[in-house]
Parts: sequence; structure tokens; C-alpha cells
Amino acid sequence: MDGPSLPAALGAVIRRDLLLAMRRKSDVLTTLFFFIIVVSLFPLGVGPEMAMLRQIAPGVLWVAALLATMLSLNRLFAADHADGTLEQMALSAVPLGVLVTGKVIAHWLLSGLPLALLAPVLGLQFDLAAGSLAVLVVSLLIGTPVLSLIGAVGAALTLGVRGGGVLVSLLVLPLYVPVLIFGAGAVEADLTGLGATAHLSLLAAFLALAAFFGPWATTVALRIALE
Amino acid sequence: MNNRIINWFKFASPQTFYPLAGKMIPWFWALTALFGIAGLYIGFFVAPTDAQQGEGYRIIFIHVPASWMSMFIYLVMAFWAALGLGFNTRLSGMMASALAPTGALMAFLSLWTGALWGKPMWGTWWVWDARLTSELILFFLYIGFIALQSAIDDPRRADKAGAVLALVGVVNIPIIYFSVKWWNTLHQGASVSLTRSPSMAQTMLWGMLLMALAFWMYSIAVSLARVRAIILERERHAGWVADLEEVRS
Amino acid sequence: MLEASNLECVRGEKSLFRDLSFRLEAGACLMVQGANGSGKTSLLRMLCGLAQPAQGEIRWGGEPIRKLAEDYRGELLYCGHAGAVKDDLTALENAQISATLAGAPVDEASARQALRQLGLKGREDLPARVLSAGQRRRVALSRLLLEKRRLWVLDEPLTALDKAAVTTLCGVIDAHLATGGMAVLTSHQDLPLAADRIAHLRLD
Repeated sequence: MDGPSLPAALGAVIRRDLLLAMRRKSDVLTTLFFFIIVVSLFPLGVGPEMAMLRQIAPGVLWVAALLATMLSLNRLFAADHADGTLEQMALSAVPLGVLVTGKVIAHWLLSGLPLALLAPVLGLQFDLAAGSLAVLVVSLLIGTPVLSLIGAVGAALTLGVRGGGVLVSLLVLPLYVPVLIFGAGAVEADLTGLGATAHLSLLAAFLALAAFFGPWATTVALRIALE
Repeated sequence: MNNRIINWFKFASPQTFYPLAGKMIPWFWALTALFGIAGLYIGFFVAPTDAQQGEGYRIIFIHVPASWMSMFIYLVMAFWAALGLGFNTRLSGMMASALAPTGALMAFLSLWTGALWGKPMWGTWWVWDARLTSELILFFLYIGFIALQSAIDDPRRADKAGAVLALVGVVNIPIIYFSVKWWNTLHQGASVSLTRSPSMAQTMLWGMLLMALAFWMYSIAVSLARVRAIILERERHAGWVADLEEVRS
Repeated sequence: MLEASNLECVRGEKSLFRDLSFRLEAGACLMVQGANGSGKTSLLRMLCGLAQPAQGEIRWGGEPIRKLAEDYRGELLYCGHAGAVKDDLTALENAQISATLAGAPVDEASARQALRQLGLKGREDLPARVLSAGQRRRVALSRLLLEKRRLWVLDEPLTALDKAAVTTLCGVIDAHLATGGMAVLTSHQDLPLAADRIAHLRLD
């Protein structure tokens, strides 16, 4: 028997999740506005001195991105779990790992990518220079996929579990530490004139590692959750 | 070959392991006391007062072994987790969940004693030292593991989900440690490190070693006791549990 | 072809059934009956490979289904309690997308044809949100017509269906069995099937 085409299946999952998100835009927008609001609160909390704001900008933007991604993790599998679609995916002739990868890519397109595109506007509030803004965007573009990949494992593990929403943050946030360090570090290194290349390459290395192990661990976790 | 595998799996059955663990526990307690008393004696009475740090440094006899154990226990936990996922043995999952609280306790002890030491040394309870920071994150990982397991009602699913989390964690620990270290050197320059004292006296090393052994024995004894409790809880409807003397009386 | 030997199902601390064995040949149908909580759904999920039996083994063509993995799933169609129908998608999109996710994409014309056959003519482009429970069930069942699978595992397929739909569904199942397909199903109602090779399995 001819096996199903994997790239076609991958594309189909991504298209499906994007289509579903288009029909229900508020989910995506909520995450984005959360990001904007959290970042905008910081100057109100620490005061408007530009020098100070410039210094904390990378950390603030990255921590806010971390939290926003985490908020959106719940919708990654929960709806599909509730209406039985996840069961059908687990029984598909297409390997579950491929479908999961598709869902994670769609999740990134709907959370990480918009965050990265929005970040420079918010960076302006913190008086970041154009060069630093570019580094910020690049670091988010490389780093946020890692957040989606690791987050998917946490979301799969807490699927249908009591207090899953809060629990997922407990599981996932400690694992986000390296991404936070090197993501925010890249922008900081650029601010201090050290150059961000080393940080960005390490982030890319994390991405490669997460892309390799993440879908596999998520698949195992999903099968456990469905049993 | 086949024979040997069967033998191993025999010990992996809760029914055979339960009495075996019961017999081992007193021995490990005895060893804990022995090593602990010897280690504390050396630590408090034999080891010389440190020229720079005074008497306060003696807390490392608790701090360092606790840090070692906290990291080591996570590895052991991940090992059991992998075994449980791979071979579907019930005991492995129980072992992993029995180890987690002890690991968390060790991480907590390490943080607490680190803070206690930091106050006289640096005049502050907390420094963002690379080791302390990684220890803190390790503590979070333990808490996550325990929280996940206690949130899942079905023990089989709890074991498996915990196993996946432990394995993801164990891949991440070196990365986290390395990142925190990099972050630390960038931000603090030459940082003060808890364990890198100029030259450790021979007696201090001995004291530390004995204390580490005591911590080992304690961890084994406590985990075995906990695993026995877990076995009783999960197998409470099995025939062999009802026949146990301590259950009948 | 499908063979189960000495299955045991444990839920919590209770053993729901044990030493359950059966064989299902091409063209045969197995009706699983039993009270609520007797393990019907658990058995069906085991047959799909979603749940693992506490004891025993399930084989497809002589090979354990655990080993076959995707090869087995390519022969299997499972329709569970949850219909996997998305509220925000139209009936047509639901039918096409679920076929694609299953690994057997279909074109729009055959998806429309299948929906029409199940009595959803004129509702193909309505979002599933506005459909009734019975109509949503029909959307879910359209997969029977669209995915060419040899083994059907259907958990309460009649739920929420009206008389006409039950007749249609029985016709579809009969046609499937007549062409050498296999079916395992549970139902609280009587299923007026024309096929003669129907075995019954009672779980108590």
C-alpha cells in the first residue's frame, strides 16, 4: 500500500489550525494584547527614566513573550482533545509525530510570529535603537519556536488534568530559562556593543535540539494522555 | 541470557520488592547514623577554622552534599523513569515518585544553607550565583514533577507522564546549568563561588565525603520506606498485601 | 483477520473483563453488548490501539497491532462517542479535513456526494455549530463513505440518528460487509442489518 504523503499531511494540519484560528480570531488577539499590556505596565511600575528602561527592555520584552506564549499553550491540544479530533489524529495512517509538528508550527505562526513582529513597536516605548530592535526581532524569531516546541510537551502532559492551566506553567517555565537567558542576552549584548552573534547561534542550537526531541516527547505524552 | 532477565524482573515485582526493601531499610538507617556522626564530628571538631571565613564556613558540610544529592537524585529518577517507559515495569514508576520528594528536600536544603552561608559571607541572603540559581531551577523542576504526579488520578498515567517530564528535564539540566553559568559570568564578572575555596584542607574533604555518604544512605533509606508505602497504597486490593503481618494486625 | 486473545481490561482497581478472545474474518460483524460500564468502549479503544490491555494481545493478520502501528491504523476506522466535528468548520470542511488528517485526502466532489448520501443535502456549507446533534453525527459518519478502510470500529453509531438515518447507516454497513469489510460495533438499539455473519459478544 502506498503510504500517505507526509508533507501534504503536515501542510493540511497547519492550514486547518490557521483556518480554525481565523474563524475564532479573539483567541489569538487576546494573547497579543496580553503581551502589549504586560510590556506597557513596566514603565508605569519602574518609572520613565529612559536609561533604566533601555536597560530592562530586553528582559521585560522576553519575559512578557514567555508568559504570552504560555497563556496560549492551553488551546494547543485542549479543543481537539475535547471533541475527539485528537483521538482521530492518534489513529491516523499519518504518524502522530508529523501531525503534532504541524500543530506546533501552526501554534508558532499564531503566537510566536506575531509577538516577534509586534516587539519592535513595543521596543520603541523603551527607547531601543534600530539595531537593537532588529536583534530583538531576530532573537524572538529564533527563540519563540523553541517555546512552542517545549510548551507542546507541557500542554500534552497536562491534557485533561485537574488545574492543567496553572500546572503547565509550573512544568514549562523552568525549561524556558535557557531561551530567556540567551534571547534577552542577545539584545543586551547588542546594547553593550558586544555583538549578538554568539547568543543567536546558541539559540539556533536550542531550536535544532528542541525540533528534534520536542515532537517526539509530545507524541509520547499525547498517547499517554489518550490512554 | 533469558534466565538472567527473568531474575531481574522478579525483583521488579512489587510483591518481592516489598519485603526486601523492608529488610534493607534498618541497615541504611544504621549507616546513615554512622557516617553522619563521623562526618559531623570531623566537620565541627577536627576541621580547622577557616582563615578567611571563620566558623561560618562549616555549613558547607551540609550544603555541598545536599547539592550533590539533589542533582544525583534527579539523574536516578530519570533513570527509573526511562526504565519504566521502556519496559513498562510498575516498580520503576513507584521508585521515581518515591525519590522526588527527597530530591526536592535536598534542593531546598542546598538553597537554604546557601542563603545561610551567604549572609555572613557576602552580607546578603541571596546572590545570583550560577550554582545557586541552577539549584533554584532544579528545585522548580522537582516541584513540577511532584505537582504533575499529584494532579493525575490514575497512577499508571501519573507514572508515565512523570517519566516523560523527568526525561525532558534531564536533557535540559545541563543546558540550564550551562546557560546560567554563561549568564552569570556576563553579569557579575569574577563571581564568588560557594565551593571554590582557595585550597581545601584534607580533613575538610574527608568530612565532606563522610557527610555525602550519610546523605546517600539517608536518601536510600527514606526512598525505600516511601516506595513501600506507595506499594501498599497501590496494591491494597492484591491478595499478598492482605496476607502481610503488618496489614492484618 | 482481527484476532483478540485473552484480553483483560482493568479500570481503576476493578477488572471489567478477562480472558476475552474472539476472531473476526473478512465480511463478518461483531456486535458488542453489555450494560453501561461493562467495558464496551474500553474494548473498542483497545481494538484501535488507543488503550493497552492489561493482559492479552490483539493481532491483525497474525501480527500484533502494537508492532504494525501506522500500517494497522491505515486499515482502521474508529468512530467514537466524540464525533471529531469542529463547530467552526462547515460540514464539507469537516468531512474533507478529517479525511486528510486520517491520511486519505478526498476531493470536494466526493465529499459533497458522501454528505448528500447521508441526507445532508443543502447543509454542506453550513458551519457545524448550527447543525442538530443528529446532523453532526451524520457529518462524523461521512468518514465511513470517504475513507476506504477494511475494519470499522463504531461506538454507538446510532446515537441521535433518526429512523431514516439508521436505515441509511445499516445499508452502508451492509455494503461494507458484503465487499469483505469487517465491523465491530456497540449499540443499545437493534441494528437492522441484512448481513448474516453477525456474531454477538456479551460483556457482563
